[in-house]
Formats: sequence, structure tokens, C-alpha cells
Amino acid sequence: MHRRYRWLTGISAGTLVFLYGPIVVILIFSFNASKISAVWEGGTFYWYRQLAENHALWLATSNSLIIGGISTLVSLALGIGAAVYMERGRASSQPLLEGILLLPLVIPEVMLGVALLLFFVMIEWPLGLATVTIGHCVFNLPLVIMVLRARLRKIDPVWEDAARDLGATPWQAFVHITFPLLRPALLGAGLMAFTLSLDDFVVTFFTTGPGATTLPLKVFSMMRTGITPEINALSALLVTVSMLLIGLSLVFQRK
Amino acid sequence: MMNSSLARHPSFLLLPTLLLLGVFFCIPVLLMFGVSLASRGLYGGIEWTLNFENYLRLADPLYWNIYGRSLFLAGATTVVCLAVGFPLAYVMARSSPRMQNILLLLVMIPFWTNFLVRTYAWIFLLRTEGFFNSVLMHLRILDAPLDLLYTNGAVFIGLVYGYLPFMILPLYVAIERISPSFEEAALDLYASGLSVFWHVVIPLARPGIVAGCILVFIPSVGAFITPHLLGGGQSMMLGTLIQHEFLVVRDWPFGSAISFVLMLLVVVVGIPMFTRRKFWG
Repeated sequence: MHRRYRWLTGISAGTLVFLYGPIVVILIFSFNASKISAVWEGGTFYWYRQLAENHALWLATSNSLIIGGISTLVSLALGIGAAVYMERGRASSQPLLEGILLLPLVIPEVMLGVALLLFFVMIEWPLGLATVTIGHCVFNLPLVIMVLRARLRKIDPVWEDAARDLGATPWQAFVHITFPLLRPALLGAGLMAFTLSLDDFVVTFFTTGPGATTLPLKVFSMMRTGITPEINALSALLVTVSMLLIGLSLVFQRK
Repeated sequence: MMNSSLARHPSFLLLPTLLLLGVFFCIPVLLMFGVSLASRGLYGGIEWTLNFENYLRLADPLYWNIYGRSLFLAGATTVVCLAVGFPLAYVMARSSPRMQNILLLLVMIPFWTNFLVRTYAWIFLLRTEGFFNSVLMHLRILDAPLDLLYTNGAVFIGLVYGYLPFMILPLYVAIERISPSFEEAALDLYASGLSVFWHVVIPLARPGIVAGCILVFIPSVGAFITPHLLGGGQSMMLGTLIQHEFLVVRDWPFGSAISFVLMLLVVVVGIPMFTRRKFWG
């Protein structure tokens, strides 16, 4: 048993190196003084300073934050109702509903992107911040509902029953019992949705319009004009932010 | 659950969700189906004629190599992810609780890291003036740089890299549930390490294997970012074909037909799996 375990550990270590190697290379080379080559020529913060002075980038950041913030809040507000209804309501399993809640999460993103593009163009809704935000809600809402339902399944309904027995209205039982028990999951789901929104490229790519460039779209357009260490620096920042957000979300969900 | 105090929750709780997904998901998908039955107008618009021409066009041999490449690359990605992911998932599941948490976090981080950035990393590594070529030429192993980027191989590596965490997580959940005593019993009965793996661990981990394979295969077969950035014009896949029809050729009806068929495939293959509660652990 033990020996077998050792070579499996070796393979696993290799897999982790594969997963992290490319990201680490990008991080290191974001401090590289050379503009053109992937050969180390001394350390510098120059590329990060360049990023800080790039106004279009700040605009893209603020767009990303707006879209992420709104789509997360909308998904949480709608998702909590749906999750409570589905886990605490008397409705038995509804395959159609389950399917609609699942499909946006499992179909390849391109399909969601082109379906939304088609829809917005045909109803003549101008593409922009609003259409991107709606697109993000479509994939964030099912995710939030999934996380909240999983949490509700672990919360014993007996607490809510007790509150009701003692004369609480359904609303009071929700506000004083269910909601506080659900709060860590709400925070966790919110951070997940926000991260997903900040990172999304495909759905954004198809639903965006003038003035609605997000960070990933900006990275994409920078990549098209040429590979510069600036992109490495921006990538490094994005990786760091995602890691922080996910770390936070895990901390909240564990509580 | 029926006795819960919240049992009589009115459906207004569900209504906003249904409205949002109904208007911005179900209607667009149905609209896409409708458009797939129309034909392309002279200037790239949509002409509302009811026909199945776009679906017949899917059989055109012109597209066969794109289907073939998509299926082959997605299949190969799934197999390699399984082969590479299984040992790590097993080691995770059999580690101490503390170590399990650390490893789980290590697998989760790439899972949640910007996909575009992770694909960009491979551009940086593989391109002509990239990291690999620079290192190999610096060490005088190569005289001239190799063409690594914009090949099927580059797309394949990008897909494995992108979707490996999707394989490891469900495998880990499945293996963690298998009691180690089964393996010990098999070893006590003189099974070799390999045959324990083959006859005990793998059959018991099957739900995780199936889940992982679906979670890797579906996004790989419809992948867009990876073939678009690492494959260039020569390595088109279904996802890039859809984008090409929509944004470059502007043949929306045909693009809709491809997209709709792919979606049916996902529904038929995926939904029966996904709706099992066991699937999500």
C-alpha cells in the first residue's frame, strides 16, 4: 500500500506543477525588464506602472465592477426566493424547472452568448452595459440558486417549525431564523458569482456594445495587438484578485 | 419537509427567477431554433422562410473535419484529464484531513482563475518568441524556434489545462466516499496494488468518473476561447465555427442550426446525469 502511494504522490506532484507552472511563469515575467523576449533581463515594476496609467483599463475595471456588482446582487435577491421556494415549498420535484435552472450552467458558453446576441438584436435592444449585465445574471442566478439550495438542505427545517409554533409569521420565521442561518452561504455564493462575472469572457464578448468593455475584453484586445509584458502584469493582477475572492468565499462557506 | 412552516410559501418567490430565465434564456433559445429554420438574406439579414436547409447543410463534407477535430480533441482531452486527474484525486482523498483541505484549495484556485488568463499563459509559453523556444534556444538545444502555437497540439494542451480541475473535483468527491477498508480487504486477499486499483477503486469511483468525463467533454467540445486563441484559423472547432458564422460570415440561421444541434446533444447526454442529486455530491 505504502509504496503504491508514493509513486501516486509523485504523479500528483507533477500534475500540480502542470497546473501552476504556467501561472507562475506569467507572474515572474510580469517583472521582466525586457519588452520583447521571454528571456529574463532584470526585474522592474515598470509594467505595473504602465497599467496604472492606462485610462482605458481603469474604465474597463469600473465596467467590470458595475456589471459584477449588479448581476451578483440581482442573482442573490432572486435566488434566495427561488431556493427557499424549491427546498421549503411543498412543490415536488419539477423536471422542467430543474432543467431550466441547470441548462445555463452546463451548455457551452458560446451558445448562451449567441442566443442572447440574437435575442437582443432582434428586439432591437442596443448592446451595452445593460445587455452584458443581463447575460451575467443568466449564468449567475442558477449558480447562486444551486449553492443556496445545497445549504438549505443542510439546515434542519425544525428551527423554522419551532418559530412558527411559537407564533411567528412565515416572514418572521424567515427573517429571524432562515436568513441568519443562510448568511454564510449567501456571502459565499455572492463572491462566487462576482468572481465568475469578473472573469467572464465569452458571454460578454457576444453581448457587449460600445462603451461596455470589461477587463477580460480589454485583456483580449491587448493580446490581439501584441504580446507585451503589460499583459503579463495585468494577468498577474487578475489571478491575484480571483484567488483573494475565492479564498474569502471558501472562508464564508465553511462557517 | 412537507411539514415545514414554510411549506405554503407562495410561488411569488419563484416568479422573478422564472421571469428572468424565461425572458432571457428560454425565449432566446427558442428564438435561436426559429432562426435556424429561416434562411440568410442577401445582405446577411434573416429571411423568414420555413425550411430545414440549414440542418441539411450540417451534413456538408466541408464541415466534417471541424466535427471530427472537435470530437477528437474533446475525447482526447477527457481521456487525458481522467488519466492525469485520477492519481491526484486519489491522493487527495486518502490524505489527512488537513492535507485534504490544502490540496482541495490548490485544485480550486485554477478552477476559479480567469480562463482567458490561463489560456494566455500558454500563448506566452508556446509562441515563436515564447518561453519554451527562448529557453530551448538559450540552452542551444534548438537552432531555430519550433512552431508550437496555432496547432492542434496547442489547442489540446490548452483544453487539458483549462478543464483538468473539472475532472479532479468530482473524482475526489467520489473516491473520498469509498471506505479504505475495501482496498485493505483486497490487499489482505493478496490482490496486487494494480488490481486493487482496477477491480476495487475504479468500479466504486464510477459515478465520479462519469461526472468528471461529462464535465470535461461538454465544455471542450463547444470550447471557444481555447481554439480561438491557441488554434488560429487552421484549427477550427464547433465553438469557433459558431462564432465564425455569427460574427464573420453573418449567416445567423446556419450558426443557429449548429448551436441548436450542439445544445440538443448536451441536453440528451448531460441532463439525465446532472439532475441526479448524487451527481453534485
